Amino acid sequence: MSAFVGKYADELIKTAKYIATPGRGILAADESTETIGKRFAGINVENIESNRQAYRELLFTSPGSYPCLSGVILFEETLYQKTSDGKPFVDLLMENGVIPGIKVDKGLVDLAGTNGETITQGLDSLGARCQDYYKAGARFAKWRAFFKIGATEPSVLSIQEDAKVLARYAIICQENGLVPIVEPEVLTGGSHDIKKCAAVTETVLAAVFKALNDHHVLLEGTLLKPNMVTPGSDSPKVAPEVIAEYTVTALCRTVPPAIPGIVFLSGVQREEQATLNLNAMNKLDVLKPWTLTFSFGGALQQSALKAWAGKTENVAKAQAKFLTRCKANSDATLGKYTGWASGDSAASESLVVIGYRY
Amino acid sequence: MSAFVGKYADELIKTAKYIATPGKGILAADESTGTIGKRFASINVENVESNRQALRELLFTSPGAFPCLSGVILFEETLYQKTSDGKPFVDLLMENGVIPGIKVDKGVVDLAGTNGETTTQGLDSLGARCQEYYKAGARFAKWRAVLKIGATEPSELSIQENAKGLARYAIICQENGLVPIVEPEVLTDGSHDIKKCAAVTETVLAAVYKALNDHHVLLEGTLLKPNMVTPGSDSPKVAPEVIAEYTVTALRRTVPPAVPGILFLSGGQSEEEATQNLNAMNKLDVLKPWTLTFSFGRALQQSTLKAWAGKTENLAKAQATFLTRCKANSDATLGKYTGGASADSAASESLYVKGYKY
Repeated sequence: MSAFVGKYADELIKTAKYIATPGRGILAADESTETIGKRFAGINVENIESNRQAYRELLFTSPGSYPCLSGVILFEETLYQKTSDGKPFVDLLMENGVIPGIKVDKGLVDLAGTNGETITQGLDSLGARCQDYYKAGARFAKWRAFFKIGATEPSVLSIQEDAKVLARYAIICQENGLVPIVEPEVLTGGSHDIKKCAAVTETVLAAVFKALNDHHVLLEGTLLKPNMVTPGSDSPKVAPEVIAEYTVTALCRTVPPAIPGIVFLSGVQREEQATLNLNAMNKLDVLKPWTLTFSFGGALQQSALKAWAGKTENVAKAQAKFLTRCKANSDATLGKYTGWASGDSAASESLVVIGYRY
Repeated sequence: MSAFVGKYADELIKTAKYIATPGKGILAADESTGTIGKRFASINVENVESNRQALRELLFTSPGAFPCLSGVILFEETLYQKTSDGKPFVDLLMENGVIPGIKVDKGVVDLAGTNGETTTQGLDSLGARCQEYYKAGARFAKWRAVLKIGATEPSELSIQENAKGLARYAIICQENGLVPIVEPEVLTDGSHDIKKCAAVTETVLAAVYKALNDHHVLLEGTLLKPNMVTPGSDSPKVAPEVIAEYTVTALRRTVPPAVPGILFLSGGQSEEEATQNLNAMNKLDVLKPWTLTFSFGRALQQSTLKAWAGKTENLAKAQATFLTRCKANSDATLGKYTGGASADSAASESLYVKGYKY
C-alpha cells in the first residue's frame, strides 16, 4: 500500500473507528494556558493551575456525559493532572470509555510576504513528544492549521505549506501510536457568501488529502476536523439545512471513504447553532461514508463555564449545563435533535470574536 | 463551489448517475481502426468498413443485452454509422436505454527522457470536437492515460502530466455537455506483487483527483475507469477476493464519494476473470459510496468475436455468446454472479498482451 503500515496500524484503525462512533463525539478541552485565561477572565476567575484543574475536573466528572463522548482533547498540562481524589484524568476518562487526546501543535507564526496568513509550528521533536504522550495515556492528537478568506487569500503558499505540515504531523503521530486529528480550519471572518466558503474549503481539503497521500498517511487511522461551510461572519446567516447541504457536498467532493469520521469544529458558532447545523447534516438524505460528529470546544462549554463562575457551589449546575449540550450534540450526530435544549439563553449567545486566535 | 457549474451541469449529473446504475455497465467498443484490425486478423476477417459496421451491429442488436448496458463507448467512425436498415447506431442505442459515448483521446506519445513512459494527446480543438460529438448524439467521452510500473516508474513527471491531461480533458468535456470518463490505467506488465500495484494505483488516483479539483471539474458529473489492483502479469495469480480487497481499499483511500460510479477496465484479464473479480468486489462487506461496475472491451467481446468469425450465419451464436457475458457482468455488479458462464474455453483465455498499446 502507499500508506505506511507500522506497528501501531491496527490500534490506530480501532481507535479512530471508536472515536467516530455514531452518538458520540469529542470534547475539545485543549485550551492553552493563555487561552483558558481569556475564558476565565470572562467569568472573573483567576488563571491559576488549581482553577484550571478544578474546571476540567468539573467537565470530566459530569454525571451522564460519558456515553455522549468518545474522546477529550487535552492541553499538555491537563494530561498530567489528577482529580481531587488523586486519580489521573487520563485513567478516569479511559475507564469511562472516553479516549484522551492531546493538542500537539505549538501555535501559529506569520508567513512572511503574505497578507496576514499563518503556518502552524510544532514539528521539532514531535516524534519524541508523541511517545511521551502515548506513555502518559493519550491515544490521539490534534493539530490545527488556519486559512483565511480574502481577496487573494488563501494563497497557494499558505495552502501548500499548511497542508504539508499537517501531513508531516499526521505521519509522525502514526509512527508513534497516536491517531492524528487533522484540522484545516477555514476561518469565518469576512463578508463572503457561503459559496465562497465552499469553494475555499474544497480547495483546501483537496490539497490536504493530496499531502496526506504524499506522506503515506494511513487514512483509516485518521480523523478530519474541518469547519462547517457557512457564510462569512459579516454576511447574512442562512438556515442549518443550507449549511448542511454545502458542507456535505464539499466533503463528498474531497474526503475519501477510508476516513472513518469527520468531527466538526464549532469555531465561532454559538452552542445551539452548532448543534442544529450538525443535526441538519445528519438528517440530509445523502450517502455519507464517514460519521459526522462533533469536536466542540466553546460550543460545549460556554454555558457550563458561565454557570460555574469559579464557585464550588455551582459545580452541579454547571455540570447539568454541560450534560445538556453533550446530549443535544449526541442526538445531533444521529439526526435526532429536536431543539429541546435551546431554552438556555447562554446557548444562543454568539461566540464570535473578531480575529480570534488561540 | 470550486467546481465549474456550466449550462450542462444538471444533465451531466443525471447522465453520470444513469451510467452508474447498479446492474448495468459499459461496453467499450471504441477500438480504433488500427486496433480492430488486430482483432479481425486473429479471426481472419478483413479490416474494411463494412466488417467494422457488421461487428458493431451484431453487438448493438443482441437480443436481451440492452438491460445489462447503460452505455457504449464508440470510436469516431462508429458514431456516424448506421444499421443495415439505415438507422443510426446512436438512435438505436438511445431508444433502448443505452447511452452512446465517444473515445476522444488521440493515443499516447513518449515522454522524452523517461524510460518508456507516455502521455496522452488529444487536447487540441477538443472543445469543438466535443460539440460535434454532442450534436451527433454522444453524451459521454473517454480518455485513456497509461502508467507503467517499473523500478523508477511511474515517474513523478508521468503522474503529473497524465493527471493534468486527464483533468483538462475532463473540464473541456463538461463545458461541452459530455460526461468525462477518466481512465488512468496502471498497466499490469511486470513482476511486481499486488501491494506494489496497490501503492502505485493509490498514488496515481490521488494525483488524478487533486488535478480534477485544481481544474474545477464537477465530480458528480464524472466517472472513473481504473484498473483493478492485481499482481503483475509475470507474478503468481491471486484469488478474486484478494483482488477485491486491495482494489476496494485503494479506491476508498482516494475516490471521493461525489463520484457516482467506478467502471473497471478489464485490461488483459480473461472474460471470466474480469467477471469474478468484479463480483468479488461487490460482495465485499465494506461501504462503497460509488457503484462498482464494468467498462469492458475485450472481456465482453472476445468469445463473441471468435464465435462470429466474420460470418453472417454465425450471427445468432455470436450474439448469444455476447449476451452471456453481458448477463454475467450485470450479475457481478450486484455481487450475484455464481459462475458457470464460462463453459466456453475462450472465456477463460487470457487476453494479456505484453507491452499492449492501442
